[in-house]
Amino acid sequence: MNSTIISLKNITKRFKVGEGEFTALKDINLDFKKGEFAGFVGPSGSGKTTLLNIIGSLDSPTEGQALVMNKDIAKLSHKESAALRNHHIGFIFQVYNLLPVYTVYENVEFALLLQNHSKAKRHKMVMEALEWVGLTAIADKKPDKISGGEGQRVAIARAMVKRPELLIADEPTANLDAENAHIILKMMKKLNKELDTTFLFSTHDEKVMKYLNRIVHLRDGSVEEDEIIVKEAYQ
Amino acid sequence: MIQFLLKGIIRDKSRSILPIIIIAIGVGLTVLLSGYLKGAFGDIIDQNARFETGHVKIMTQAYAENKDQVPNDLALLDASGWIDTLHNEIPQMQWVQRIKFGGLIDVPDKDGNTRAQGPATGMALDLFSGKSGENKRMNLESSLITGALPKKAGEAIIGHDFSEKLDLKIGDEITLFGSTMNGSMTFKTFEIKGTIKFGTSAMDKGALIIDLTDAQQMLDMENATGEILGFLKSGVYDQPEVDNISEEFNNEYKLATDEFSPEMFTLREQNNLASLLDYADVMSALFVFIFVLAMSIVLWNTGLLGGLRRYQEFGIRLALGESKGKIYRSMVLEAVLIGIIGSVLGTIIGIAITYYLQVVGIDISGYLNNSSMIMPTVLRSKITPSLFYIGFIPGVVAMVFGTMLAGIGIYKRETANLFNELEV
Repeated sequence: MNSTIISLKNITKRFKVGEGEFTALKDINLDFKKGEFAGFVGPSGSGKTTLLNIIGSLDSPTEGQALVMNKDIAKLSHKESAALRNHHIGFIFQVYNLLPVYTVYENVEFALLLQNHSKAKRHKMVMEALEWVGLTAIADKKPDKISGGEGQRVAIARAMVKRPELLIADEPTANLDAENAHIILKMMKKLNKELDTTFLFSTHDEKVMKYLNRIVHLRDGSVEEDEIIVKEAYQ
Repeated sequence: MIQFLLKGIIRDKSRSILPIIIIAIGVGLTVLLSGYLKGAFGDIIDQNARFETGHVKIMTQAYAENKDQVPNDLALLDASGWIDTLHNEIPQMQWVQRIKFGGLIDVPDKDGNTRAQGPATGMALDLFSGKSGENKRMNLESSLITGALPKKAGEAIIGHDFSEKLDLKIGDEITLFGSTMNGSMTFKTFEIKGTIKFGTSAMDKGALIIDLTDAQQMLDMENATGEILGFLKSGVYDQPEVDNISEEFNNEYKLATDEFSPEMFTLREQNNLASLLDYADVMSALFVFIFVLAMSIVLWNTGLLGGLRRYQEFGIRLALGESKGKIYRSMVLEAVLIGIIGSVLGTIIGIAITYYLQVVGIDISGYLNNSSMIMPTVLRSKITPSLFYIGFIPGVVAMVFGTMLAGIGIYKRETANLFNELEV
């Protein structure tokens, strides 16, 4: 059985709004195991992004305990959070956010520069990542010369190149047409199986939901339903 | 990482061009102004040394007290003895005698009546011995406008402007009226052999130059001299060295009880040149300070704009796991690289213009028409080794300082907002 890599216990997150407070998450209890392909689904303001922020060590809970890769997020310093993201977590955004002055190859390579790998090792890893997403042919192109679908594939390669245990994707298909969305999702699914990377999505895209093995429905900061679709993947 | 940052700097022109231009202009101006100050003040000091003060000057204490009045009655006696002593005891310097005197020049017409008259500032140099180096030191040969240098007793050269004023031609005779060191009246006739232009208004308008022996004879100064000037053989004024020489000489020969005993003065101690030298240093430091301050403020602003433009990039880097400290350090490293590029460029530009002004100079003769100061009429800048780093270091410092101020913003950024910020 796969081990638990994310454990959320009684997570509550409150934000100050003027003189008062807004509760974004209320008493969330969830566990995610290695290799899951899961997503948070819910309307705007349901707490999807706040939850991804906490799991991605970009924010910490007001109450409760969030253990990610056995690290207590609330107790991590800024530097330790950065190290956790650097070595264990990849991010894919709705907008591809590629660095415009660097080539596709250099955009993917950048994630590895932070890990101090040798040039030869970086080259091997970058080419491998570009192969996963089928973009070796455009390695030397700049982001403004590639299509939106290709841009998102580069973003996936950048997130996956360091072989993270966890990949967090916020609405990754929102800017893609149906065909490209399916290509991207198939690619992610394939990487999920081959590399055993845990994928966590935030989405309200039906196309994404079809690929998920587990859907956590959120409403007003609480878990409304935790729906496990393909049980064998969860065991 | 440095290679990665360099690529960014080179490819993202808007990230690098503006700061590089700002630094290049600032560094170029600093180099140019420093070079110009050094050159101009250096010329003034050099000119003073050659014409007036020497690197050191020896006078009797009494003469020194009233030297503006050229009191030859208080001159130093046994001049040749002193010269021998100085050559033996301080061989690293060349020693020369000079006599300054005032007088009235009378120019006769063909009938022997006065055609023109004018007051002259006379200077007697050792022109004939061939050992003094005065010809070369005063640039006499190259400063001649017409005629030639005196070859024998009774010959003189005169300031070119002065000769025009008196309508003198080569070969004309003049009579110089003055007073001897004993106070009696004296006169002597000289043949004008040449006219000269030193590029120093005070000299060009009233100078009469004769040989030392002529002056000694005319002024009854047998083996006496008003001043003995010393010049370091290296040709370069070295304050610590002349301070040592002066201190040793004065300890040995200056007597508190004898006002006719000699006293040695360094260049710095004469004609307010100390304050001029200090002024040059202060001005140079002030330029560098103003440059660093002004450039830092401009580059801080530029850094803030750059930070806004690269907001997305820094967000991605934070999300990818780069710490704020590391991003800040990489910004500083970028600033160092941009600072070096801008400073190298600025130094090259500054030195090129400095070199041009060293060769061509700026003619200020129009402003010196009534000046009695010994200063050159063409001010030239001067390339010195310090110009190669005087702008360079502040250029890099200003860029780094500006970026450090601008980059503080990265620490205020909340990672919790990254998803929102990066999905716009």
